[in-house]
Amino acid sequence: MRILLVEDDSTVRGFIAKGLREAGHVVEQADNGKDGLFLAVSESFDAIILDRMLPGGIDGLRLLETMRGQNNATPVLLLSALAQVDERVAGLKAGGDDYLTKPFAFSELLARVEVLGRRGRNESGPRTKLSVGDLEMDLLSRTVRRAGQKIDLQPREFRLLEYLLRHAGQVVTRTMLLEGVWDYHFDPQTNVIDVHVSRLRQKIDKPFPGALIHTIRNAGYMLRPD
Amino acid sequence: MRSLFRRVSGVISRAVPGGAGRTPPAARTRLIRSASLRLALVYGVLFVLSAVVFIGFIWWATIGLLERQVEAAINADERALSERWLDGGLPALADTIQDRLEQNVDDDAIYLMLDPGGTRIAGNLGSWPREVTRTDTWYQLPISRAGMRGTAEVHAFALPGGFRLLVGRDVRDRAILRRLLTDTLLWAVLMVAVLGISGALVVRGLFRRMVRNVALTTGAIARGDLAQRVPLSGSGDEFDRVAETINHMLDRIARLMDGVRQVSNAIAHDLRTPITRARARLEDAAATARTTEEMRGAVERAVADLDGVTAVFEALLRIAEIEAGARRSAFTMVSLPPLLAGLAELYEALAEDKELELELELPEPPAGGSLALQGDPQMIQQAVANLLDNALKFSHPGGVVTLRAEAGDADTVRLSVRDRGIGMAAHDLARASERFFRAESARNTPGSGLGLALVQAVAQLHNGRLELRDADPGLLAVLVLPRGTAPREGDREGNIERSPSAPTHPDPGPPQLNPPSSATHELERQDVLGQGS
Repeated sequence: MRILLVEDDSTVRGFIAKGLREAGHVVEQADNGKDGLFLAVSESFDAIILDRMLPGGIDGLRLLETMRGQNNATPVLLLSALAQVDERVAGLKAGGDDYLTKPFAFSELLARVEVLGRRGRNESGPRTKLSVGDLEMDLLSRTVRRAGQKIDLQPREFRLLEYLLRHAGQVVTRTMLLEGVWDYHFDPQTNVIDVHVSRLRQKIDKPFPGALIHTIRNAGYMLRPD
Repeated sequence: MRSLFRRVSGVISRAVPGGAGRTPPAARTRLIRSASLRLALVYGVLFVLSAVVFIGFIWWATIGLLERQVEAAINADERALSERWLDGGLPALADTIQDRLEQNVDDDAIYLMLDPGGTRIAGNLGSWPREVTRTDTWYQLPISRAGMRGTAEVHAFALPGGFRLLVGRDVRDRAILRRLLTDTLLWAVLMVAVLGISGALVVRGLFRRMVRNVALTTGAIARGDLAQRVPLSGSGDEFDRVAETINHMLDRIARLMDGVRQVSNAIAHDLRTPITRARARLEDAAATARTTEEMRGAVERAVADLDGVTAVFEALLRIAEIEAGARRSAFTMVSLPPLLAGLAELYEALAEDKELELELELPEPPAGGSLALQGDPQMIQQAVANLLDNALKFSHPGGVVTLRAEAGDADTVRLSVRDRGIGMAAHDLARASERFFRAESARNTPGSGLGLALVQAVAQLHNGRLELRDADPGLLAVLVLPRGTAPREGDREGNIERSPSAPTHPDPGPPQLNPPSSATHELERQDVLGQGS
């Protein structure tokens, strides 16, 4: 993916850019709002990582609003030290697609950016079937089969698996699952998500040779054929 | 009457410029800007004006009545005399005049009848006054009769055949009375002015004293002496109410400051530990690590420590945000059954994993349908999640955790989480919802001591309260939330006091503390905010 990174702190910028490159992405960088806006509107990107507070007269929100005003729909992930709910809402209202508070784990940032970049690419209408390897999910009849064998899932397990399938091949973090599957926006203080994933594993992985749900250390989970 | 007013206004205009004239120009602007002086001036002017109007009315009613009486008497005389003229002609009229003069006890009647040639036929006036030329006008003129000088009010009219008649009354007595009355009333006006000015000064003094109390107190507060309060007069008047409002505000500020101080202390104590640990790990690894693996391991553990610090920071900021009331904008109608069912479902898996049972008890519909309140759904979710988290953490394997919602008294709903675990010692209970507080028995369990503080903050945000009670065994945590319509800022203490089940407590203490309820004293428990992800 081609990613634009607008961040004024050179340490953080270098750290993110290095990580993204190691993950196989092409990164353009800007250290102020003016250059960032110029790059954002003059070149094409799969996703933009945008710090909210930027020097140079144009802060992150202004940049974002200007972009959106020009019908530029590139997915934007806002980075900010402002964690308050109102700030978050302001960021999303201005046209941000996701909001990540500093400090953050790089794995969380990478997972979210990859999801955003993918979302930008395949807006190809609603899908009725999702599949990975020999695992198939029919969204209309709400059935799940693996290797042709029907698997009974609880409604929440079904939604958890659906989320993993929609992001197959991508790392999804525990926070992403909590927000995407349960719609909870707080920090659960325990490994409650792990327990749910482990239950799902019991049903779709354990009876079959070869696991589909993989734990990514220090990051989250990934659904992919072995 | 007009002349009286002129004299009165003269008094005022002499008094006011006289006072201001002694004041230098700069001071004059300041005086005009002084609210106490304006108030005093308004009081004084209103007082003097109303007194002057009142006195003016007395003057007009008294003197005017006398004047009208004289005119009425003269008119009656004329009517009677003209009847005599019609009845008996000139001689009868002359006799009548003579009779009237003789019978006039007060000696104030004045008559004069002249023939066409100007010769006096009857009457007690020597000659026709020169001023009197018209018959339709009242004349007031000085006269001299029987060796005495006086003032008379006269009216002339023409009789048939060229005869002329003058009828009048000596008004010397009336003039004396009028002067006397005028003088008295003028003195009264002077006294009123003096009283008005003194009253104005008193009003100004009162006003200044009241404002000075407030100004002294707030000034002291601004200089950092938070213990100062505006003194009350005890009369319960408006000034007292203003003072009480200010004092309430100061109490709240003091409690907030107290909270900030506590948090600073807690941060110093509780955040330094993991930071020190992370630092030590890194330093040690830098100095002694021999392999990449060792180095990597140390760094990863340090990152985990720092993640813990970040989680504590976020919890602290969130509590602060909630306590500032900023989240009221997100208030909406929250239906509790689906919210609790969702949380129960989320935590049920965790409970099972720990060999615990999680029960959800909701009242039967339709009662269940009414379990709704005005609130912030995310905050309520987080609060219940923290309570569940605690309950699961401190339960023994095989235990049961009960999440329950029911309608409480006085238009509240009660959300309770009960476990059968280790419970909390009585002396820890009152402190359980303080930030960073951790009971001895929980020292070895992961957690930061912020979980219940956050629940407490959420309860306050909703004008509700958190009660902790001994469930013997285990702990019962009850979140009592009013259904509420539109919670208002600054209404928290009031609501707590009005709530029938809450004890009255003169000083609700620092903001993160519930007013301790008698029930909660027997109980104790420790709280946790997990280490986060």
